[in-house]
Amino acid sequence: MTDIKIKITDREGVLHEVDAPTDMNMNLMELVRSYELAPEGTIGVCGGMAMCASCQCYVKSDHDLPEKSDDEEAMLAEAFYVEDNSRLGCQIHLTEELHGLEVELAPES
Amino acid sequence: MIKTDILIIGAGPTGLFAVFEAGLLQLKCHLIDALPQPGGQCAEIYPKKPIYDIPGFPEILAGDLVTNLMEQIKPFQPGFTLGERAETIEKLEDGQFVVTTNRGTRHQAPVIAIAGGLGSFEPRKPLLKNLPQYEDQGVAYMIKDPEVYRDKKVVIAGGGDSALDWTIYLADMAAELTLVHRRNEFRGALDSVEKVQQLKDQGKIRLITPAEVTDLKGKDKLESVVVTKTSEDGKEIELHTDYFIPLFGLSPKLGPIADWGLEIEKNAIKVDNTLDYQTNIPGIYAIGDVNTYPGKLKLILCGFHEATLMCQSAYRRIHPDKRYVMKYTTVGGIHGFDGSKKEAPKAVVKAIE
Repeated sequence: MTDIKIKITDREGVLHEVDAPTDMNMNLMELVRSYELAPEGTIGVCGGMAMCASCQCYVKSDHDLPEKSDDEEAMLAEAFYVEDNSRLGCQIHLTEELHGLEVELAPES
Repeated sequence: MIKTDILIIGAGPTGLFAVFEAGLLQLKCHLIDALPQPGGQCAEIYPKKPIYDIPGFPEILAGDLVTNLMEQIKPFQPGFTLGERAETIEKLEDGQFVVTTNRGTRHQAPVIAIAGGLGSFEPRKPLLKNLPQYEDQGVAYMIKDPEVYRDKKVVIAGGGDSALDWTIYLADMAAELTLVHRRNEFRGALDSVEKVQQLKDQGKIRLITPAEVTDLKGKDKLESVVVTKTSEDGKEIELHTDYFIPLFGLSPKLGPIADWGLEIEKNAIKVDNTLDYQTNIPGIYAIGDVNTYPGKLKLILCGFHEATLMCQSAYRRIHPDKRYVMKYTTVGGIHGFDGSKKEAPKAVVKAIE
């Protein structure tokens, strides 16, 4: 099995349960864009280099996520609306372990 | 009034390359960009990142790509209006367009090429409720004239390159300089981080980390900021200051172009990709990341192609009666507007005895 289920709450508060491929070298930000859950140009602005925080999301489930890199830590330190469970979607690589992950997109800033 | 043949809005890689293709057709270009330097995202967001999909370059740093493009277009003497945002457009009776920037600079051209990427970069403002009230009354998001801060008290917030660079620059000028950042770690060039460390050790600046500016005070203009120290259980310090400069990076916004009557879809401008990347307004083209059409890819290499076809169409628009066929640079060489000439060396025809 290469598809997993992920629950994403968009910026309007609408919950979407989507199928996510784990064999396409995709990250969470790209998943959101592929389903167009946030308008183009408001997410993934830097393309996924952890340099803009437009893909910030709050992790609602207690999945074991990879540690934040220095780049991600630094970017989140400059972002707005940051909470303890904030992550950058572009730094979360989709793997089978993330089946059932629940996230909410942070407001646009 | 600045007059040119093609007015390009956006000086990123696509806009810069358009100057070259236009130059081959003897068309002059002028570029407007909201950023103070050319290069767009490549220069502003990721100059040190390698790009691997520029044809002919197995690997090139984004910043070097911009340097190379500037070198490539030099013979065609492009004009630049930098640090200004294209604000309004009007059509004159003779079909020419006039584009005016937020600072009132006027540009006239028969053809407009919007190469605006994701939009113009606007400063990201911290979420402080009374922030707008102090804008230009002590709060600034960009430093335009450093002299303003001479012998004044200044508080800078942020943890990236611009916060570090301006801290270094203003350290000797300001009467008092405080740098506030949410973490102890800064993200910037190593020598900037070290320089700020030195300034702190020498007592030339005050560094407050991890901390955040959480409130602004003052009657008509800014008089003090409240800094909350996250490490000490939210202890609050009130700092008297003349200026507060939050430097939290820039985020692109399509901005006023969205109101030019162009067809917009998904934050991008719809163009005719079967022909020449023209928008719904004849004479206005959109190229690079700013446009959209079925199958669109936001890649620099696609922007180069779009710029090339746009210039051919612009030529026919400007010179409807002239006959013309595309000429290879290996054949025609390059004839710069500055009088410079580049061409393939002539082959030697000589008998071998």
